[in-house]
Amino acid sequence: MTGLLDAAFVLLILTTLVLLGSSRIRLGIRVLAVQGVVVGAAALLLPNHHVTLRVVVIVLIGTILDAVVFPILLLRALRTARVERETDPPVGYTASILIGVGLLTACLWGMKYGGITLPHEGANPLELPVAAYTVLAGLFLIVARNNALNQILGYLMLENGIFLAGLSTAMEVPLLIEMGILLDVFIMVMVMGVALFHISRTFDSIEVGGMTALTDWPDQEDVGK
Amino acid sequence: MTIGGAVSFAHVALALVLAPFLLSVINRTKAAYAGRRGQPWLQPYYDLGRLLRKGAVYSRTTTWVFRAGPIVGLAAVGTALLMLPFGRAPAVISFQGDFILFVYLLGTARLFLVLAALDTGSAFEGMGANREVLYSALAEPAVMLGLAALAKRLADPAVPGLLSLSALHAAMTADVWAAAGLVVPLVAVAWWVVLLAETSRIPVDDPTTHLELTMIHEVMVLDHSGPDFAYITYTAALKVWLFGGLLVGLLFPLGVGVPGLDTLIGVAAMLGVAVAVGVVEATIARLQLPRVPQLLVGATALAALAFVLDQGGAR
Repeated sequence: MTGLLDAAFVLLILTTLVLLGSSRIRLGIRVLAVQGVVVGAAALLLPNHHVTLRVVVIVLIGTILDAVVFPILLLRALRTARVERETDPPVGYTASILIGVGLLTACLWGMKYGGITLPHEGANPLELPVAAYTVLAGLFLIVARNNALNQILGYLMLENGIFLAGLSTAMEVPLLIEMGILLDVFIMVMVMGVALFHISRTFDSIEVGGMTALTDWPDQEDVGK
Repeated sequence: MTIGGAVSFAHVALALVLAPFLLSVINRTKAAYAGRRGQPWLQPYYDLGRLLRKGAVYSRTTTWVFRAGPIVGLAAVGTALLMLPFGRAPAVISFQGDFILFVYLLGTARLFLVLAALDTGSAFEGMGANREVLYSALAEPAVMLGLAALAKRLADPAVPGLLSLSALHAAMTADVWAAAGLVVPLVAVAWWVVLLAETSRIPVDDPTTHLELTMIHEVMVLDHSGPDFAYITYTAALKVWLFGGLLVGLLFPLGVGVPGLDTLIGVAAMLGVAVAVGVVEATIARLQLPRVPQLLVGATALAALAFVLDQGGAR
């Protein structure tokens, strides 16, 4: 069991590193789908809780959303936006991988010396650091990319991390709250898809960096078009 | 410091003799993929013999650094070979911390090759030296972090300090290997990338290219001729053996405990590495130059992951 769980964590970390280091958005969407499955598997393997029907249902719904529904929605958004890759992100891809490794080290170090203890007996020492790392890596991806689709990917990664952190810190998994979060994420992706469609129809690209030049002043019309 | 037995010396002799044969195996594998018959099995030896019989030509702008480059390179890599354990036997020389010397001997060899390239004053060779240094600077942390991860994993509270290649080689038994978990695959992938980069293979460098803009290793040695070039070719073959030996020797407990048989298994594993390099060369295209650092940083990230994730103590 522990070996499988460790393998799932390493796979999770590797998927985050691929997302940090790849410029191809299509690949990123697929890797994120894999990450959804891995997070689901890790959630079931966590030694914190007994595998009850309730946990299985939550994990199953979350995994289906992550691995099937979101990729379909995002790939559709990719087609309407007609982009394949982000060429000039604010933080480069090689630097992003290094920062990812740094974040992971910081999370492991913080967990070891920060005096944080999980309420469970025999909890895996990796579960909280890896969850925190996934959250931070998702946040970093949102900050370090200009392309709106990449930012959505970062947001979904963040959500995966929160899901894992919730499962590893809470003694019980409250069904209603989990359902609420999943619904929120689902609606967010829909809304972001619509917003993306509007951005790509109004402007030539979905690079959000150019939007800082938008203005209401009448004498500067056509800025950003 | 411990000196190995007769078996260890025999292994070094074996490496010195068989190293060029690995190049031949790589070439034949590529040829088989392309549907050609390939060069004769002993072609690398004929090439070395031909180069050794020739005279060397030295440009008037070069100094003693240019002449020292190939010799120092061969000497440093040969010394590193003395520290490589092989086939369940310890290396000829082993002491606490010998893998740091191992890595820096390879660094010395590279430094002199780069200095010799710069000494010619050619812009092309300077460009090649630039790339070689950049890529090896990125590959070195992967080797070191991988070794550190292994040392941490195999550490035994009763016997402190596993900072020796031979000790790591001896500690990697079948039981430990089964319990070692994720360290082995992570380090294996990282070292595989390092092997391809350090031995100038596809997808990092192409040993057969002669297009100036894409060459890395080859462009640095353009001015070397005759015996000097033979030394460089031979050093390159020894490096394939060194990194292959690191990969199969430290990560996989291959062997049955019978000295002669273990040597044979070790040689078979090295040939397996050579075939794998050939398969990679035949099936994968070369990476764009700006993408290579990303690959190497990825390898370093994997080795770092193996190091930080491990909770220590497989024994």
